[in-house]
Amino acid sequence: MAKSRDLCRRIDRSDGFATLTLDLFSGSPNPNPCSYSRSAKRVRVSCASPAAAAAEENRSNPFDSLSEEVLFLILDRLESDPLDKKSFSLVCRSFYAAESRHRRALTPLRSGLLPAALARYPSVSRLDLSLCPSVTDAALASVGGALRSSLRSIDLSRSRGFSYAGIESVAVNCAALVEINLSNATDLSDAAAAAIGRARNLEKLWLARCKMVTDMGIGCIAVGCQKLRLLCLKWCLGISDLGVGLVAVKCKQLRSLDLSFVPQITEKCLPAVLQLPHLEDLALVGCLSIDDEGLMSVKQESKSLQVLDMSNCQHVNHAGFSSLLSKTPELREISLAYYCKVTHSLASSLQKLYNLQSIKLDGCEVTTSGLKTMANSCRSLGELSLSKCSGVTDEGLSFFVTKHKGLVKLDVTCCRNITDLSLASITSSCTSLTNLSMESCILVSREGFRLIGQHCHLLEELDLTDNDLDDEGLRAISGCHNLSVLKIGICLKISDEGLIHVAKGCPNLQELDLYRSVGITDIGVMAIARGCPLLQIINLSYCTEVTDYSLRSLSKCSNLNTLEIRGCQVSSSGLAVVAVGCRKLTKLDIKKCYFVDDAGMLLLARFSQNLRQINLSYCSVTDVGLLALASVSCLQNMTILHSGGLTSNGLAAVLVACGGLTKVKLHSSFKPLIPKPILEHVEARGCLFQWRDKPFQVELEPSEVWKQQSQEMHV
Amino acid sequence: MVPERRRPPEASSKSSCSMMSESPRNRKPDLPFAPFDSTNLWCGDRHGRSFLEFSPPLVTQSSGLFGPDRETKSKKQHEPSPVDDPVMDWNPRLMLSNLSFLEQKIHQVQDIVRSIISHEDQFLDQANELAAQQQLVTADLTYIIIQLISTAGTLLPDIKNALLSTNPAVGRPGSNQKQHEILPVEVAKASQYDSLIKDLNSCGGKEDELIKCSNNSGVEASEPIPIEDHDTKDNDDGMDGENLPPGSYEVLQLEEEEILAPHTHFCLICGKGFKRDANLRMHMRGHGDEYKSPAALAKPSKEASIEPQPLRRYSCPFVGCKRNKEHKKFQPLKTILCVKNHYKRSHCDKSYTCSRCRTKKFSIIADLKTHEKHCGRDKWICSCGTTFSRKDKLFGHVALFQGHAPAIPMDDAKVLVTSDKAQVSEASSGMPGNMGYNFSGNTSLDAQSPDIKGVDDGHGCFSPMTLDACNIWGLAEFPHSAYEVSESTFSFLATGSCSSIQRNGEN
Repeated sequence: MAKSRDLCRRIDRSDGFATLTLDLFSGSPNPNPCSYSRSAKRVRVSCASPAAAAAEENRSNPFDSLSEEVLFLILDRLESDPLDKKSFSLVCRSFYAAESRHRRALTPLRSGLLPAALARYPSVSRLDLSLCPSVTDAALASVGGALRSSLRSIDLSRSRGFSYAGIESVAVNCAALVEINLSNATDLSDAAAAAIGRARNLEKLWLARCKMVTDMGIGCIAVGCQKLRLLCLKWCLGISDLGVGLVAVKCKQLRSLDLSFVPQITEKCLPAVLQLPHLEDLALVGCLSIDDEGLMSVKQESKSLQVLDMSNCQHVNHAGFSSLLSKTPELREISLAYYCKVTHSLASSLQKLYNLQSIKLDGCEVTTSGLKTMANSCRSLGELSLSKCSGVTDEGLSFFVTKHKGLVKLDVTCCRNITDLSLASITSSCTSLTNLSMESCILVSREGFRLIGQHCHLLEELDLTDNDLDDEGLRAISGCHNLSVLKIGICLKISDEGLIHVAKGCPNLQELDLYRSVGITDIGVMAIARGCPLLQIINLSYCTEVTDYSLRSLSKCSNLNTLEIRGCQVSSSGLAVVAVGCRKLTKLDIKKCYFVDDAGMLLLARFSQNLRQINLSYCSVTDVGLLALASVSCLQNMTILHSGGLTSNGLAAVLVACGGLTKVKLHSSFKPLIPKPILEHVEARGCLFQWRDKPFQVELEPSEVWKQQSQEMHV
Repeated sequence: MVPERRRPPEASSKSSCSMMSESPRNRKPDLPFAPFDSTNLWCGDRHGRSFLEFSPPLVTQSSGLFGPDRETKSKKQHEPSPVDDPVMDWNPRLMLSNLSFLEQKIHQVQDIVRSIISHEDQFLDQANELAAQQQLVTADLTYIIIQLISTAGTLLPDIKNALLSTNPAVGRPGSNQKQHEILPVEVAKASQYDSLIKDLNSCGGKEDELIKCSNNSGVEASEPIPIEDHDTKDNDDGMDGENLPPGSYEVLQLEEEEILAPHTHFCLICGKGFKRDANLRMHMRGHGDEYKSPAALAKPSKEASIEPQPLRRYSCPFVGCKRNKEHKKFQPLKTILCVKNHYKRSHCDKSYTCSRCRTKKFSIIADLKTHEKHCGRDKWICSCGTTFSRKDKLFGHVALFQGHAPAIPMDDAKVLVTSDKAQVSEASSGMPGNMGYNFSGNTSLDAQSPDIKGVDDGHGCFSPMTLDACNIWGLAEFPHSAYEVSESTFSFLATGSCSSIQRNGEN
């Protein structure tokens, strides 16, 4: 015991597992003589620990002396990366066993692996089946049997193939079950809802898009699961006021209720809902049956409601909103996006909301006077979204930001009328801004960007897509040293010079979007790869000057998980380097990379075992490369249009071999060529086919032309 | 009470009486029993009864002649109650004695009041005595008022009297009795007038009908009355909850033909019938310009309503019906429409059959339409077995009771529900073994009666009794706070009540 405590301290000091493993391994060639000896023990060696390979088989295992407590402490520090845990469990049997007992969350790739996984991990509490497109009743029954006491959460949101019987076996056997996500179970009916109703301890339930569930089913849930705290009924077309009313009567613990896009919901259920004593979060997005008169007839107050989302309620205008807002004095966040005119009266009804911190008015019609009244009515806002609002002017916005200096997040996407004047007041007032989205604010000039870089040092996310940004502006922005997300797509004026400034100034950059910023070449990308080692997502699509050199440098960014290089001048060798260097790569888009061929695929399949999604359209990949790719067990999503060397037989073989596919986009000419039984078999496994009939288009449009066209579209 | 039917105004004067007595004589040939009647005139009560005994053969004999059934009925009704009849006929002597009696009574009251005034100081400390005196005074005064009214009533002209007569007047019976006590001598004399009236009545069918209907109390036993549940539709017929004291309104009784007539408003010129007065008025325009004036087209009721109308209620002509004014617990109908609906629903053939279920029949087409709206719809069922025709009713029920849940009416769900129940009953081993779901198990003790077994599968076929039992089970089945407190005692009670109810059901 004392020893383990000592070790704990050592772990704490050593600060991280990496150091510790080194210590352990360096000690292994000269192990301390152990007092006990074990029979021949085969040490499993992982490729991640080459030092352990040196350990001789017959030697007693030094790792056995570590107690489970210690191993658990180590495992607690390995939560960040699943690959670390895999390596850990491959060290030796005791590590393997410890990892099995330690694991709480399980995300199996196939439901076929479920029995084995359940046998290995007996104390899993969180089971995420969202990667298993097909889950049978038998599989769910085995879950119910194996995780009787430990299972607390199960996610079936992306799975099909089970019926109410499977749900029932889980709901009845797992007494500790607290969360079920059954979203997208479009074929489940009231019987399944009745089965859910038997999970008495359920606290969170997602039923989004369960279109067949009616009031009767929801009634069973309301009666059975009286501890519910969160209920999502989004897109449940069969549910009406009666069902919701019953939920409100029975489930008094409810905190969060989502009734978005339920067409039958009217104001009749609102009195009961608002009377829920703990309700904090209510979403009524797109409830078209709610209208002004109905809202005005609601007399109940809710003292607990904090978050209200009434976006897209097309039949509600400011009168109805004002009436409802006067009944909910404790609101912290409101979203009234789309179809709401922000006028003086609505803005003044915000006056009583002392705790209001966030307003989202996306797509609304905003008047200058409305914005000014709002600025005066609200105490101190932290977040404001005026995305796609018409009528936002420099005058209104400047007035607003001078009143709300505490603003942290500001979204003025597509407010095309704002100029440097607004930017001047934003940057001078809101110095604590962390998120700023100003896509398509075309009137903002170099001076505006200079002010951003000068004043907003806390900026973490900045969206300058489609702005009049140049290298000078970019240099100014590189003064925001905390930037982690930078979107500078469709900025045709920027070049490597600006990017080099960013690489120097923003070492924490994790996401960089350079979509169609055609001035970028390898030099800029290489600078970024060197300066921003934490990079996870990069989009270089249609940066036609980018070549293999960029990829070589990006291969140093080991955290890279998303790489989009559509239409770049890259080849198989470049791709191979990335595949070797970036083991976490999950999303890859190499559409129109004409020089990528089978060689690239072979190496990709060999090294990028975590690949989930790939777009291979227009590549020079043949059956051979594709078959190699099929060995990537994680692969779920494939888009293959216009790949010249592909035959229908090869495609059929790939479809059969790739067991985890959920979505495949293919050219419709293949549809009659692939044998029907194979298609049916693959579909039965849970794969969706999308047949596209796009014309073959080799030539890349110059980005200037493309931008011209896109601008003409929205003028 | 067979009192005071329509008495022609002439009846009050001697001369007209003699005139009237002639008219029946003229008719004698038509009325085979008229002679008996006339003998009866001078007979006492006893004779009348004896006549009753041999009248049936006569009736059958004369049945072809002239609605004789009616006649006999009216006779029968008159016979047992000649005692009541004399009161209605005006007799100056009787009136005089009545008045002097009233005078005496008034003097008595005067004395009492005087004594109260003189002893005012004493009563101050003897509150009880004062109260007693006051009660005495009010009782006396009430009596005097009643007496006065009844005495005056004999003087009123015919129409008023008829109106009065149709209602079971305020304390009228009591006052009548009083009069008889005082003036037993007058009885024979009065019966003479009565017979006169009777003869008069026998001429006109309508009045006769009225009498028949109102006097049914005597007939009821001999006449086979189709036993129907008159009270089922009471709520629809209106008037419930309106607890008018009897006598505070006048009662009208329409004839069957009138009730069933398709039209109620007739054009005086061409005879065309209409359902609504407004339609008639529109029709009248076609008969000339004088009907086109705004006054003629306006609602006639407006001017009429200026003077206070006496409260009017309606009686069902069907003898033995609760809505008939002779019923002990008579509940009048509020409007003519109520009368029509009530009469059709309760006493007419149900000729409209639902084309969907072919079982439900209605006598009013609107009822059929209402039914067809809901017929064949899914039954909304609660887990306790109660069925509802409307979803909102079910949800109201579920919201009200702890542990009740909507039952999913699907085939596969049925399996689910039953297995559910089975498991619950396993789990609730703390309860007595034969509780709840093992309903049939319980009944197995008393030789598994098939009708109770039906409870398990059929949701719609509960008798009210078994339904109750089921409710009790439903409450006990689901764990909930309300009954957790004393679960053992409750379940014990529940078993008891279940078995007793089942036994009732078997009987």
